[in-house]
Amino acid sequence: MKPLLDRGPSLPLRLFFALLASVGLITLDHYTNSSVQLRGYLTATVSPLFYLANLPQDMVFGASEQFMSQQKLLEENRTLKDTLLLQNGQLQRFQFLQQENDKLRALLGASPVTEGKRLIAEVLAVYSHPFSHQIVLNKGSRDGVIVGQPLIDDLGVLGQVVSVGPSSSRALLIADNTHAMSARVERTGQSVVAEGIGQSDSLRLIHLPHSTDISEGDRLLTSGLDGVFPEGYPVAKVVRVHRDARQPFLQVTAEPYAKLDRIRYALLVWPHQGISSADPQIVEELKQAEQGQD
Amino acid sequence: MQNSWRFLIIHLTLLLALLLNVMPLPAAVKLFRPDWPLLVLCYWVLALPNRTSIGTAFVLGFLVDVMVGTVLGVNAFGYSLICFIVAANHLKIRNFSVLQQSLLFGLLLALYHLVVFWFSHFLTGVYFRAAYLWPVATGMIVWPYLFWFLRRTRRQFKIQ
Repeated sequence: MKPLLDRGPSLPLRLFFALLASVGLITLDHYTNSSVQLRGYLTATVSPLFYLANLPQDMVFGASEQFMSQQKLLEENRTLKDTLLLQNGQLQRFQFLQQENDKLRALLGASPVTEGKRLIAEVLAVYSHPFSHQIVLNKGSRDGVIVGQPLIDDLGVLGQVVSVGPSSSRALLIADNTHAMSARVERTGQSVVAEGIGQSDSLRLIHLPHSTDISEGDRLLTSGLDGVFPEGYPVAKVVRVHRDARQPFLQVTAEPYAKLDRIRYALLVWPHQGISSADPQIVEELKQAEQGQD
Repeated sequence: MQNSWRFLIIHLTLLLALLLNVMPLPAAVKLFRPDWPLLVLCYWVLALPNRTSIGTAFVLGFLVDVMVGTVLGVNAFGYSLICFIVAANHLKIRNFSVLQQSLLFGLLLALYHLVVFWFSHFLTGVYFRAAYLWPVATGMIVWPYLFWFLRRTRRQFKIQ
């Protein structure tokens, strides 16, 4: 057998260089801003691996769809049609309400809430390493994804995009320890900061004084104050309020509505651009009304 | 068979381990996922310390960092450290029975997880939960099978 390490530096020296390089990387990644771009490139480079790792799951799902019986398909089709009918019915009412809301907002002189573009993204990898709750999506800068973009699903807010490659992107979930967002208690309008604690089923509400009116079962919605998440999406439900006079603040725990540990599809939301257009028709009507008053 | 072609097998097994590491799994079993890349790396360092050494460990750890989303360099640090310990003692460890090896790797995996936790704690402020150490247990269970499989592969392709 060949002697160990017959060429190159000795083993402890190699270790020294490797550890030095690691610490250098940690410093670069954690304490400077250049890492966002670097991570973008790296994510793009390894994205084929994610597609590859996803292959077995896709095949299993594909096979189960292939062998689904016709009976089952028909049944599923019927339920889907029913849901569609129900939701379309609600949507009619919603459109009417939105129009009314826009008119009222225009009367108040406030900018109307506009709906931005949306895009459905498939999740390539949910990596909940206990220390980092992130997902990789199959949409990237080619589809117009940008850093800081909010991500929702049918139940609530999921997180935001943190690095973008050409055909894939990485998003930080709201349960990650490094993530905090602004929210509002639906019942009282109290604004709170919801911070992730590294567990997919709980968030912590921080810096709430003891006098705050908050109770178990309260719904938390996004407040729009953080400039990332649009206003009004459901975030979490308060599950535990612990009043301990020895602690400086209330200890409140909330459970996210979205099932953060089993995401398969996510909806990318483009925030509305600035104080964009009120419906021109409404503005016209208002002007006429004002002129009428004069 | 070309010699350089044979070493592709080593890289192929490492790549496979990386894929297993990010493969989507149901939430119930995800916490128990063993550290495949580290275990496969340990085998190759043990078997061929002159082929796979700290350089390989560093690159592999870096790739894990990129794919998993931890702060870059944390896993590279842990992998290099474990690789060093295994490479420095490879003659002793080889003489152990597979069960003894599995116990020893349990210790090394625990050290690796502690190093990663330690960095993450100082960088992002995570708190410790005993559940973080499940991969140590599953890694110990998986090791004998992995050892058998990789040794068969090595002998089949005559990688030296």
